[in-house]
Amino acid sequence: MSMRRVAVVGAGMTRFVRRAMETPKELAWHAARMALDSCGLTLKDVGGVCIGSAPDAFDGVHMKGEYLSDGSGAWGKPVMRSYVGGGTGVFLGPHGWYHVASGLFDVVLVVAEEKMSSFHPHAQAAFLTIFDHTTERPLEPNLLWIFALEMNRYMQTYGISKRDIAQVAVKNKRNAADHPCAMLGEASITVEDVLNSEVLAWPVQRLDVSPVSDGAVAIVMAAEGVAERITDRPVWVQGVGWNLDTAYWTNRDLAYPEYVERAARMAYEMAGVREPRKEIHIVEPYDPFDYKELHHLEGLLLADRGKAPELTAQGVTGRGGAMPVCPSGGLLGVGNPIAAAGLMKVAELFWQLRGEAGARQVPGTPERGLAQAWGDLMQVGTVTILGTQRPA
Amino acid sequence: MMHPVAIIGVGWSGFRPVTPDVSYKELIYEAAVRAYADAGVDPRRDVDSFVTVSEDFHEGTSIFDEYVPDQIGGAQRPVHTITGDGLHGLAAAAMQILTGRFRVVVVEGHSKASNILTLPHITAYAMDPILNRPLRANPLAVAGLEACRYMHESGTTREQCAAVVVKNRRNALRNPAAAFGADLRTEDVLVSEAVASPLARLEISDHADGAIVLVLADAETAGRLSPRPAWIRGIGWANDSPSLESRSWARAVYAEQAAAMAYKMAGIGNPAEEIQFAEVDDTYAYKELQHLEALGLCSLGRAGPLTVEGATAPDGCLPINVSGGSLGVGHLLEASGLARVLEVVLQLRGQAGSRQLGDVYTGLAQSWRGVPTTSGAVAVLSNQLGGRES
Amino acid sequence: MTQRIASYPGTTLSEEQIEQGRVLSVHDRLRADYTWDAGLAIGLYLDGLKAGVILGVRCARCDRTVVPPRAFCEQCFAPMDAFVPLADVGIVNTFSLCYVTWDVKRIAEPLIPAVIDLDGTSPPAGIMHLLGGIAPDRVHIGMRVRAVWKPARARQGAITDIRYFKPHRRG
Repeated sequence: MSMRRVAVVGAGMTRFVRRAMETPKELAWHAARMALDSCGLTLKDVGGVCIGSAPDAFDGVHMKGEYLSDGSGAWGKPVMRSYVGGGTGVFLGPHGWYHVASGLFDVVLVVAEEKMSSFHPHAQAAFLTIFDHTTERPLEPNLLWIFALEMNRYMQTYGISKRDIAQVAVKNKRNAADHPCAMLGEASITVEDVLNSEVLAWPVQRLDVSPVSDGAVAIVMAAEGVAERITDRPVWVQGVGWNLDTAYWTNRDLAYPEYVERAARMAYEMAGVREPRKEIHIVEPYDPFDYKELHHLEGLLLADRGKAPELTAQGVTGRGGAMPVCPSGGLLGVGNPIAAAGLMKVAELFWQLRGEAGARQVPGTPERGLAQAWGDLMQVGTVTILGTQRPA
Repeated sequence: MMHPVAIIGVGWSGFRPVTPDVSYKELIYEAAVRAYADAGVDPRRDVDSFVTVSEDFHEGTSIFDEYVPDQIGGAQRPVHTITGDGLHGLAAAAMQILTGRFRVVVVEGHSKASNILTLPHITAYAMDPILNRPLRANPLAVAGLEACRYMHESGTTREQCAAVVVKNRRNALRNPAAAFGADLRTEDVLVSEAVASPLARLEISDHADGAIVLVLADAETAGRLSPRPAWIRGIGWANDSPSLESRSWARAVYAEQAAAMAYKMAGIGNPAEEIQFAEVDDTYAYKELQHLEALGLCSLGRAGPLTVEGATAPDGCLPINVSGGSLGVGHLLEASGLARVLEVVLQLRGQAGSRQLGDVYTGLAQSWRGVPTTSGAVAVLSNQLGGRES
Repeated sequence: MTQRIASYPGTTLSEEQIEQGRVLSVHDRLRADYTWDAGLAIGLYLDGLKAGVILGVRCARCDRTVVPPRAFCEQCFAPMDAFVPLADVGIVNTFSLCYVTWDVKRIAEPLIPAVIDLDGTSPPAGIMHLLGGIAPDRVHIGMRVRAVWKPARARQGAITDIRYFKPHRRG
């Protein structure tokens, strides 16, 4: 079975800000425009469009994908919006991939946009509606509950401390100081800063969390034969995977994200990766909270269960370490406009693998990177593996 | 197409104006169990990927994809949502199979419209929040504007639109799944209350609850499991402008473009001759006529007269919406396109009971996402690989 | 990104700019009202809560008993109709001390959400609810808790018929 090979050939992104003046369509357009410009293409060259954006509730716009379609370059084109909650941004990797690998499209424009600031008084309140309308919503849960519950279970199960976890926030926010689009980059933040920050929902404190953001990211994907004409350095989609666990999240073991492992295995198998800890050179796991980076590294089989904090403490996951994790600065550092944040990780791999990440560039010649996002009720894992080598 | 894709299983539950005895999960489970029995697959073992279609504001839940996997057998499997019509979901599933990496992919769509207390408001929230919504117009006005311009440019009359209603609701009488079968006369439609002129109440489809699950497979699996696969010869989808200020008001450009994409893939050069029957969107009566012309099944202005002449009746030369369409079956929100495909598949299999159209081999299903969108999709299906041999 | 890019789009606004009308904005308040059919499984669950009982359901094929009840087993896909009353006691699987309401207001006394694995479920299955009747610094994973119900006449057939779970000593 020989699958049509697909590559990422261009990328662009807006700054991630707390409250953007630009409308959602304008944010999408900026990112899409930059992505096309980055590889010298115009809308005429684009066969189809893939949009990703998380809850319509933020914008108060029903069928938000339709509303975003013109800003995303989809006037007069086939366009589809995929949606797996927080996993959406990295799911755009598989989504764009199957558009092109199917043979139906040679070039697709993939756009992720999020404007959370429209929702008043605070976007966090919109998350009330993600809970089951009958069995959970009447308890008036705050979004922080599910993270705090999971974080506590993870800490308790493996004996991990707040201090261990806070290192991730420090690493990523410091990394983000080198990202031109970052909202929360801070070159001199310390573990003490994190541990002294306001307790929101213990064990979650303010600096453990990435806040509400607005922003957009876009990439261009093209088929083999076409990609090489667009750029002399296409970055190939080597593997994709996704997995959605049961909605009954309170029946599951929150200490381990099994759905991330399943998504990762699906992607590793497609990529022919047998020893991920050796073969994945850059990792961009989803880090809306600092403990999540650790949780996800374990689910990605890149660290033993409960042992990811040690890798952080040893500097293994620093930009100059043996396995750089979130060299972009992640959500904790760059910001979290949900779908755009996920696609930002895919774009980061694209830039890193081409040596174009500027001050964030990981040393050496990384050949393969993995981006992962998470979403829903501790429920979905989405994985995209990119590499400099054309798949066999 | 490199690796042909076929629909090998269909299941549905409903369609009824209210379904108070079951939750949406139970409604979908029923459709899923039927589809898997029909296809001869175990979802926990044989299905490689699942695609569902839904919109948060129709469910009253944000990130609704959280709640989709269990009732379709997708827990801990590759599952994703498309915020589109069922035909967009079908396209997503077909593309996955065409990559060569997936052999069996499931598509699910449903409606619990009866549970939405403020549906007209929610439809209005699809309108531009800055440029259009402050006008506080009923979103049906957008359909009224379009109907007005379409009738002006095509010469279509109100009587011709009414004939669509009469035909489709009468067709629904022979569809055991339909919610709104009725024996109406043209006059009944014309005197029903004006809602957003020229639309009268009986020209607007009512909503129904229901769920539809389809099982798609690659050629080898289809050959093994299905006595009569419904091959997807072509699929297309497209958007015109979402902006009211920038769109074509008379033509369903999205349908023209979606059809062009599907026809090209299917190798159809003369749709009026090669498509034997079709299920098209008739959310409002005039839309059926506008869509027939956009699909190239007849020329501009001819759909109305053809309907009055009986050409699109079940015994006519181009049966349209033999199922009853949305007007007769009930509008199923995102599942509407799946209801159109469902009928095409049943007809191609010879399983349409008293609605059976005799020997048919190529049918078309088309969907539209409703006001205020200009988004739609088209699928061309056949019970023969390679089209029109016998 | 390529060093050729000189600047990145995205213009920051402050809350004050919007509040003080220095930036044009449009406000809308949505009416999104729903009435969700509870259906068979959750309908029975709610009836049970009204009667002061927490119902679970058993899958004979998988030999598992779960809560909240559902009409089908999501693992083996068989229908489930063996509803079983569960004890209203369980073990705290995880908890949090939350100082922020759902609509982002600060509160002095924390709410204590928890996942409580209920006795009688197998393998242990939990529901989300609140803990109460305990000082926040005494809550711990693994503690046994018991439901505190509203009086029968005040129960409506809702998850809030249980006010909270409080510490429970065996025997």
